[in-house]
Amino acid sequence: MGKKKTLAGALLAVATLTVAGCSGGGTPSAETATAPAEPHEVSGKITVLTHRTDLVQSGAMDAYAAEFKKTYPNVRVKFEGLTDYEGEVKIRMNTDDYGDVLMIPAAVAKNDYPKFFAPLGPTEELTAKYRFSDKTDVGGKVYGIAQFGTANGFVYNKSVWKKAGVTKWPTTPAEFLAGLRAIKSRTDAVPYYTNFKDGWPLVQWGGNIGSVTCDGDAGNKLAGPVSPWKQGGELNVSDTLLHDIVKGGLAEKDPNTTNWEASKGMVAKGEIGAMMLGSWSITQMRDAAEKAGAKPDDIGFMPFPAQKDGKFCATVVSDYQQAVNIHSEHKGAARAWIDWFTEKSGYSAKEGAVPTVKSAAMPDTLKDFVDNDVTFVERSESRTGQVNAIDNAAEIGLNTPDYRQKLVDIARGAQSGSLQEFFADLDKRWDEAAKTAGS
Amino acid sequence: MTETTKTAAARPPRPGTSWRRTGTASAHGTPQRRGRTLRRITPWMFLAVPLALLITFTYVPVGNMIYYSFTDWDGVSPDRNFTGVDNYSQIFTRPELFRVFFVSFYYLAASAVQIVVALYFATVLSFDLRFRNLFKGILFFPYLINGVAIGFVFLYFFQDGGTLDSVLSWFGADTDRAWLGDPTSANTSLAGVSVWRFTGLNFVLFLGAIQSIPGELYEAAQLDGASRWQQFRHIIAPSIKPVLSLSIILAVSGSLSVFEIPYIMTGGATGTSTFVIQTVKLAFQFNKTGLASAAAVVLLVIILLITWIQRRLVPDDKVDLV
Repeated sequence: MGKKKTLAGALLAVATLTVAGCSGGGTPSAETATAPAEPHEVSGKITVLTHRTDLVQSGAMDAYAAEFKKTYPNVRVKFEGLTDYEGEVKIRMNTDDYGDVLMIPAAVAKNDYPKFFAPLGPTEELTAKYRFSDKTDVGGKVYGIAQFGTANGFVYNKSVWKKAGVTKWPTTPAEFLAGLRAIKSRTDAVPYYTNFKDGWPLVQWGGNIGSVTCDGDAGNKLAGPVSPWKQGGELNVSDTLLHDIVKGGLAEKDPNTTNWEASKGMVAKGEIGAMMLGSWSITQMRDAAEKAGAKPDDIGFMPFPAQKDGKFCATVVSDYQQAVNIHSEHKGAARAWIDWFTEKSGYSAKEGAVPTVKSAAMPDTLKDFVDNDVTFVERSESRTGQVNAIDNAAEIGLNTPDYRQKLVDIARGAQSGSLQEFFADLDKRWDEAAKTAGS
Repeated sequence: MTETTKTAAARPPRPGTSWRRTGTASAHGTPQRRGRTLRRITPWMFLAVPLALLITFTYVPVGNMIYYSFTDWDGVSPDRNFTGVDNYSQIFTRPELFRVFFVSFYYLAASAVQIVVALYFATVLSFDLRFRNLFKGILFFPYLINGVAIGFVFLYFFQDGGTLDSVLSWFGADTDRAWLGDPTSANTSLAGVSVWRFTGLNFVLFLGAIQSIPGELYEAAQLDGASRWQQFRHIIAPSIKPVLSLSIILAVSGSLSVFEIPYIMTGGATGTSTFVIQTVKLAFQFNKTGLASAAAVVLLVIILLITWIQRRLVPDDKVDLV
C-alpha cells in the first residue's frame, strides 16, 4: 500500500517536474551588465553559445579565449558550438540555462528581450560608439551588441565577366540581365547560381532592402499595411530581378540539387558568374579559390544594380547580436567578453566584415566598394520587431527561403501563376497581417 | 511486530478468541493481507520504470502539445494567451493548410507498390532458392540505413548529370532531365526513394509471417496439384492477413506523416511539402507553436480515425489454417 503510494507519488513528481520545467524560473533582476573597470576584479567561468561551429572546431575560438585571458586572468571562457543554432537555442531558452553569452536568436520577439537578456546600457550611449545598436533597443536600453556587420551585393568571378565583355558594374537590373546573357552566350559558366536547395542564400536577397533607393529607413517602412511588393518598392525591384534571371534561363538548370559548399569552388573556378550574398562570404570564396587552385583575386563583389543620383548604394546590416543571459551569475565577466571580442579581438577584421565599432576602418574585402565610392547605407532596425511580427503572421518569411523558392518555381514554370499574381497575393497577405499583428 | 505475527501465524486462533483481541498484530500485518498487497503491487514495481518513462516522454509532451494548441504561444516567449479553438478553426478554414495532404497520395500510391513488391519477394524467397539469404540481406539492407544519409545519397542520385542520368545514358535514354525540377516528377522521385527504403521492412514482416506457416500444408497442396499461385492464394494470403492489414495501416499513417525524405532532399520546395513539413515550418520558421500544435493534434486524430475505420472494415479475425 505504502509502496503503491510512493509509486504514484513518484510518477506525479516526474509529471509535475516535466511540466514545471517548461515554465521557467522566477523573476531575475534587470540590472545592467557592466564590465568592471579593473580587469583583475572580474572572475568566473562563462559559457559562450555560438553558431560558428567551424571556428570552435578549428580551435580559433579557443585562441581568442587564450588572448582574452591575458587581460582578464580570472575569467575562463568555454564555447558551445551549436549546429542548428536557432532551433536549439530557442528550445533552451525555455529554461534558465542558455549560456552566459549568446547570440540573440531571430525567434525571440523584440519586446521579450528584457525577459531574457540583461541590458547592456542606455541606447544613446551605445549608439555613439557602435553601429546597429537600434536593432536591440527596447525602451531606451540596448540588449545586444553586433558581432559585426555585412554589406550586401553580388559575389562574382571577375574573369568570367571580363570574358563576357562586361567590364563595368551594371547600373540597372536590365544591364545586369544583359551581362548575364553575355556570360551565357560567350562562356561555359552558369551565369547566376541561386543555391535554391540550401535556401538561405535566397534570403540574402532581402538584404537589398535599402540598397535600391539608398534609404536607411527602408526596413522600418515595411512596418504597416504598405504593400511591400507594389510597383517601385524595394522588394518589387529585387524580387523581379531574381524572377527575370530565372525566367531568362540564366540560372542553374536543376535548382533542387544545388550545393552550397560546392558552389564556393565553382565561383572560384569560373563555373558560376555571380551569386547574391553578403560581404562575409568573400573571405570564404577566396579560401575556396585557393583550395581549388584558382586565383583568389578573381573573386569580386559588386553592388546591387541600381543607382541613385549616379551612385551605388549598399546596405550594411548587422550579423548576430551578442547578449548576456539575464540568469547569468557572471554578468560582469560576460560583458567583459562581449566588449573585448567586439573591439579588441580582431574578429571582424579577420572575417572581412564591417566592424561594429564606428571608428574602425572598412575591411579589405570591401576595397572595391570604397574605391568606387559606393555609399554604405546603414539600415535602421528600430522597427524590425514589428516587421517580423507582421511577416510571421502573414507566413511569408522575409527571413526564410520559402516565398523566394516559390518565386523561382513560378519563374521557371514549375508552379503555376504569374509574377504579378504572386506579388499581389503577397501584398494582400502582408496588408491583412499588418492589421492584426505587432500592434 | 514480526515476532507477534510469527507466533500468531504459527498458532491458529482458538475458537472464540477474536484476532483483534490480541491487539499487537495489526490488520495489515497478517500474512495473507501482506501477501495479497505484495502480489498486487509486484507487477507495478516491474512497470514503474517503463511507466515513468512512458509518462514523461509520451503523455506529458502530448498533454503539453494539446495545451499549446489552445494558445497563441510563439515557442520562446514566457507569456502565452489562451485563444480557445481559434487555432483549430484556422486549420479548417484556410484551404492552403489542408492542400498539402494531396502530396500524400503520391506516397499512398508508392506504399501500394511497396507492399506488392515486398509480398512478391517474401513469397518467392520463402521457397527454397539459391542465394536465398543473400537476397534477403540485399532487400532488407536499405531499411538499416539512416534516413538522413538516404536523403543525401539520393540527392546525388537525382542530380542533373548524377547517377540516375548516367545509368540511363548507358541505355541511350535522354538524360537531360531535372528529376526534382517540377512537382510531379519531384514527388514521384521522392516517393520512389521511400519505396526503396521501406520495402525491406514490409518484406521482413511478410517473410516472418510466411515462415510460420507449417510446411506440411505446402506438401499437401503440392500433392493435390496446386500451382504456386494457388498456394499463394489459398495458403499464404489468408494466413498472413493480420500482418498484411497491419502493413496497410502503417502505410496509410506513414503516407500522411511523411517527413524526413522530402525535408532533407527538397525542404518542401517545388510543391513537395507534406503536412508534417508544413507543421514544422509553422512552428520553427513562423514561430506559431500554438497553430503548429493544433495541426499536429489534427494529424493525430486523422490517423487514429483512419485506423479505427480500417479496423471496423477489416476486422482482425483469427487465422485458422487447419
